[in-house]
Amino acid sequence: MSNHARPLPEPDADSAPYWQGCREHRLLLRRCTDCGGVQFPPGPRCPDCGARTHDWVEASGRGWVFSWIVVHHPVPREVYQDEVPYVVALIELAEGPRLAANIVGCEPAAISAGMAVTVEFEDVTEQITLPRFRPTQPATPT
Amino acid sequence: MWSLRDKYAIAGVGYTEYSSKSGVTVLDLATRACGNALADAGLGADQVDGVISYTFNDSVPAMAVATGLGLPGARYAVDYQAGGNAANLVIQAAAAAIEAGLAENVLCYRAMNGRSGFRLGGGRELTARGITQHTAPHGWISYPQAMAMWCRRHMIRHGTTSAQLGAVAVTCRDNAALNERAMMRQPITLADHRNARMIVEPFRLLDICLESDGACAVLVTGAERARDLRQRPVYILGAAYGGGPNQGDDLFDAIRWPDHDHNYSRYIADDLWRGAGVGPRDVDVAEIYDCFTYSVIVQLEGFGFCPPGEGGGFVQDGRIARDGELPINTHGGLLSEAYIHGLNHVVEAVEQLRGQAGPRQIDGAEIALTTAGAMTCGSALVLRN
Ligand SMILES: [Zn+2]
Repeated sequence: MSNHARPLPEPDADSAPYWQGCREHRLLLRRCTDCGGVQFPPGPRCPDCGARTHDWVEASGRGWVFSWIVVHHPVPREVYQDEVPYVVALIELAEGPRLAANIVGCEPAAISAGMAVTVEFEDVTEQITLPRFRPTQPATPT
Repeated sequence: MWSLRDKYAIAGVGYTEYSSKSGVTVLDLATRACGNALADAGLGADQVDGVISYTFNDSVPAMAVATGLGLPGARYAVDYQAGGNAANLVIQAAAAAIEAGLAENVLCYRAMNGRSGFRLGGGRELTARGITQHTAPHGWISYPQAMAMWCRRHMIRHGTTSAQLGAVAVTCRDNAALNERAMMRQPITLADHRNARMIVEPFRLLDICLESDGACAVLVTGAERARDLRQRPVYILGAAYGGGPNQGDDLFDAIRWPDHDHNYSRYIADDLWRGAGVGPRDVDVAEIYDCFTYSVIVQLEGFGFCPPGEGGGFVQDGRIARDGELPINTHGGLLSEAYIHGLNHVVEAVEQLRGQAGPRQIDGAEIALTTAGAMTCGSALVLRN
């Protein structure tokens, strides 16, 4: 997916460190320094204990497929007509939180629940880099 | 828990034509549906002092409808910023407002040019800020795409199949065939569902509801007042609204939801049934929110008609047909009647309980369930005649 007409994230005060991490090809997760909870998406407070104090930890980048869809009908058409079919998955990270991202490097039909995936980064613009995932074990050719 | 059992009633329902292109304004649709509900109830406009609606930036405010209808006594005009999850919430809110002395006769409506105007299903505003900065950049944008992720999770956990989704689509269409106001009346088969165009796996075209121009309205009043009006009252036995923990940052967001193999219904079912004083086995007809085929299956589980994970099997073998164990979506639902964001389910339940549903009437229907919502948050009513 290299279509720049797609919507690009507008980082805010809660998410800016996360997106800066992506620019550096590091997957950063907000960690509550009160209860130790690791969270995504990053917000102003810990959803577990309500604390504001936090730091950022670099995730391993490993996870597994929690659920996934294969988009065939492009919405909006003008943005995604050359991209379909593409895969969006909910990835459960080794650290616990889930995030949504594309899976690349494998046929949509080869994706399965629990499949191990590893993060990689796509530099979309000078400012924005998006995380995406690839199967950890390359799919065997059939 | 709902403590207003049998104290309030639906005394009138109204609706417009459902179409792909109304050719009129949303305000026109809203006032027509409300006017029809008043005529149905036999209540004068001068008696209405409350108006409640819900909007997804695609409707007109309650105060505009109060003004447009020329309601001299309107003092309580309120809008909820919500999707179909609020279709039963507005009825609950109307009864609560009357109980609190804020109003006496309340019109609830939903109106939109959902096909010729703002198309909710076609995608949201294409921005990536707030929660959408974590979804839209990955091409996860429309509601069918959102709900497909939930459905897949149910398939993973419970082995739910596309053919089971198809059973819901076929049932709704069979019912719509008997409904003269339904937009899609041509019967379909499981093969039609199987061969329908893939939109977003696991959803095919026939798993996804319609887009409609139209409006529905419901008049809520006190039980005693309702008995003096033109129609047989339909009493509100129970009402519930809400969801579980981590409902998300907006209707689309469910990143932190515990597991997408269940939805809001699991969390409000106890409140609903305890408040109503009846249970799933007492329901004669169920109008289940069906923005997608899958959402029917997961709500049947959540509201206790079958154990978690068994909804796919439950909808097969004619169990949800008109002559089955639990007739559902007797009007055709959002899938085949029209997408009036769930308020058309309430209209249908009322007509069933009055015995006015014509060729689609469920004989002897005394208790109806209506539900609204598909994801982390929703509402439901138990009605009786
Ligand atoms: Zn914490």
